[in-house]
Amino acid sequence: MTKPESPRHESVCRDSLCKDPSHTESATPEFDRRNFLKGAVVGGAAAVSGTALTPESAQAQQPAAASAPQPAGYEFLNLDEAAFIEALVDHMVPADDLTPKGTDVGINIYIDRALAGGWGKGDRLYMQGPWKKGAPSQGYQLPLTPAQLYRAGIEATNVHCRKTYGKTFDRLDEAQREEVLVGLQSAKINFDSGLPVRVFWGALYQTVIEGMFSDPIYGGNRNKAGWQLIGFPGVIAVHRDHVEQYRGKPFPNKPVSISDMS
Amino acid sequence: MATKLKEVDVVIVGLGWTGGILAKELAEAGMKVVALERGAARSSENDYSLPNIRDELRYVVRHDLMQNTARDTLTVRNNPTQEALPMRRLGSFLPGEVVGGSGVHWSGHTWRWTDMEFKVRSMYEERYGKKFIPDDMTIQDWGITYAELEPYYEKFEYTAAVSGKAGNINGKIQPGGNPFEAPRAKDYALPPLTPILASEMFSNAARNAGYNPFPRPSANASQAYTNPDGTKFGACQYCGYCQRFGCEANAKGSPHLTVIPLAMKSPNFELRANSWVTKVLKDSDGKKVTGVTYTNVLNGEEFEQPANIVLLCAYAINNVHLMLLSGIGQAYDPASGNGVVGKNYCYQTGASATLFFEGKHFNPFMNAGGSNATIDDFNINWGFDRGPHNFVGAYNVGGGFNTNLPIGYRPVPSGTPQWGKAWKQATAKWYQTAMVINASGSVMANRNNYFDLDPTYRNAFGQPLMRMTFDYKANEHKMGTHAAQVINDIAKSMNPTRINQATARTEPWTVVPYQSTHNTGGTIMGTKPSDSVVNKYLQSWNCHNLFVVGANVFPHNSSYNPTGPVGALAYWTADAIKNKYVKNPGPLVQA
Ligand SMILES: Cc1cc2nc3c(=O)[nH]c(=O)nc-3n(C[C@H](O)[C@H](O)[C@H](O)COP(=O)(O)OP(=O)(O)OC[C@H]3O[C@@H](n4cnc5c(N)ncnc54)[C@H](O)[C@@H]3O)c2cc1C
Ligand code: SF4
Repeated sequence: MTKPESPRHESVCRDSLCKDPSHTESATPEFDRRNFLKGAVVGGAAAVSGTALTPESAQAQQPAAASAPQPAGYEFLNLDEAAFIEALVDHMVPADDLTPKGTDVGINIYIDRALAGGWGKGDRLYMQGPWKKGAPSQGYQLPLTPAQLYRAGIEATNVHCRKTYGKTFDRLDEAQREEVLVGLQSAKINFDSGLPVRVFWGALYQTVIEGMFSDPIYGGNRNKAGWQLIGFPGVIAVHRDHVEQYRGKPFPNKPVSISDMS
Repeated sequence: MATKLKEVDVVIVGLGWTGGILAKELAEAGMKVVALERGAARSSENDYSLPNIRDELRYVVRHDLMQNTARDTLTVRNNPTQEALPMRRLGSFLPGEVVGGSGVHWSGHTWRWTDMEFKVRSMYEERYGKKFIPDDMTIQDWGITYAELEPYYEKFEYTAAVSGKAGNINGKIQPGGNPFEAPRAKDYALPPLTPILASEMFSNAARNAGYNPFPRPSANASQAYTNPDGTKFGACQYCGYCQRFGCEANAKGSPHLTVIPLAMKSPNFELRANSWVTKVLKDSDGKKVTGVTYTNVLNGEEFEQPANIVLLCAYAINNVHLMLLSGIGQAYDPASGNGVVGKNYCYQTGASATLFFEGKHFNPFMNAGGSNATIDDFNINWGFDRGPHNFVGAYNVGGGFNTNLPIGYRPVPSGTPQWGKAWKQATAKWYQTAMVINASGSVMANRNNYFDLDPTYRNAFGQPLMRMTFDYKANEHKMGTHAAQVINDIAKSMNPTRINQATARTEPWTVVPYQSTHNTGGTIMGTKPSDSVVNKYLQSWNCHNLFVVGANVFPHNSSYNPTGPVGALAYWTADAIKNKYVKNPGPLVQA
């Protein structure tokens, strides 16, 4: 199996925005992007006065990020939510010799775009009441669009984290993050807000998987890292001759995506 | 106020497999036919084309070709005492909503159901006695025979480019085919698909265990093909994107490739897409229907389309919904057992094992919809004695792949973490090395599995949603236990490195995840109006100019996919209308 291109944070992480727990020892919370941007809004004349930041001025305010992928910006996630999702996807998909870390695969971007788009807004979701809890066999029954569910779920998880650890999820260490995720997955954590934890976890997990394995056109699976991980060929058109030729044999791991063929 | 349009000979509600077949047959016979289809028209060249058709997120996860539940859905519950709640998004089954219906995105597995289904009650009673069938199991004979349907099966198979290996031609058993199948007059339209490693390994193991494996018959053209109507098929590319996708290669037998373009060629035929039928209209004494009302979903405008004959071809579930909304026939009441509309809703059950073979390369992305080998030794084999196991019905077991894409398919041995480095390592390690053996099982009708109208929830047209009450019963649990054992025994004999064992399903039916779009019953066929909604020609007992076509007429569900008999019955009904009904309009069977 061919390995993906060399991951961006192989040994030394030069990205001061990096949220990978293994790279953040030196990055104090004050220097993370959320605080930087919050500061920019409070103190920054540009944002307050409504003068849009030009690409150059935005660039100028970025802490040294020369080697990092362009931060793509978020359409839906607010600062707290972005920090949560970045921490989450980097924890669930850590960098190693198999793939880059979740944010470098673009899973955060995938999730943001999905929540901002039709799906997040409840496209195709039957949204008429009355709203009842129902049995698990009756499926999704919340009066929330996926975007609203995410918003409420991140908030509730951070409430739990503050109560338990004194800080939000993105500022927890790796072991604490693991503990929170196990708590969400097993529904050992209960949300004070009444939001059913299983439903939130189900949506969260599914979208992380989608961000890793859907076509890169949706913002995740950057450089087809998810497909390369398993050797999935992507948008291949014809296998008619391959069926015999590769029966029981490895197929070349050179995935093709929609944009490669467009 | 609905605008009243000019009367036509035939109005067809829904243009998928059944609607397409009837549209072509009746328009070619000279009848003026209008088809009303709620979905939009899409085409192979524009929509089912590279690269965009190869998009798992859009078509599998987000259901691009399927019914939009924001507009219409069902409410669901497991038993009559539970409160039903809306299925707020699709999950367990995926009805289509485009011209071509689910026939665009099906896999193509095409089976001939036999007299073991059509005579289910009499065969079991004769062999095992009346007591063998539980009191609440409301199965009945269908009133039709395999011999009557045989030529129509053939017609459908040849239209849809079904590739397979005959097992029984005119009573002569054919090596390599399914020895249990009922006799067919001719071999399949095309030879079977090229086997893949997983189907070969399954076949070998099954043969060693004394079973009779054969290649699954499927409407994936194994080679370029021209069907008897002159439709040209490309050869299947084993593209791995079959189920839930339109076929880019024009190799999948689909109505939008075959019968619909032929209907469109006829000056007698008109398709109105984006037209949502809300009701079938009856005349004042309720003996005939007069047409339908529908809404143009692009602008909300309402129309009445009068017609001499109305054909409901809106897929099994929607046909029953329209019958209930239109008040044709008496709605079924499970408490008294009276009424028939909504009765005997059935689904399917199953069990599966995942086998991991370190070092093997299955290439799970390289397959046709029907790349599967199957055994029917516990299915249409009447030699298999159900007596000691005490269940009615059957299951088939298969090994192979069909559309295993990475958002949904990343097998790992049970116990693997769900995220982190260990998860990634396991995902990378096992993806190529796994294959699946699974069983698909029948569901016998039960007194408490049925449809009616929901008292609370409504669709976008202000009409009550249909309510589905369904659960598996002890009969299905017993069969599941037997199937899981057979699967695990075959799996073990293959010496996999690891195995995720098959288990019998015992939890209630749930609306998630996807199981199959093989919903049956609700307007069942039979020999008399007291126990059925339609006669053997799918003609309404109440209104003789109304035909209700689809798996909604099946009195119970078998282990097989439904479209073989659905397509055959559509051709059979077309013949009955052309050759009998129009000559002498009235009941084709005397009540
Ligand atoms: C993912 C998937 C895989 C499948 N694989 C197989 C398989 O391998 N083998 C097999 O035998 N079967 C399979 N099936 C089932 C198969 O697709 C159906 O049995 C078959 O298409 C049924 O034909 P039909 O004409 O009854 O319904 P459809 O082909 O679904 O057509 C019904 C049409 O009616 C329209 N309609 C519904 N309501 C209205 C209304 N109110 N007004 C106007 N139009 C309406 C719908 O939009 C649709 O176009 C599969 C189904 C799915 C979803
Ligand atoms: S597997 Fe074959 S029949 Fe199915 S979509 Fe691909 S090319 Fe078409």
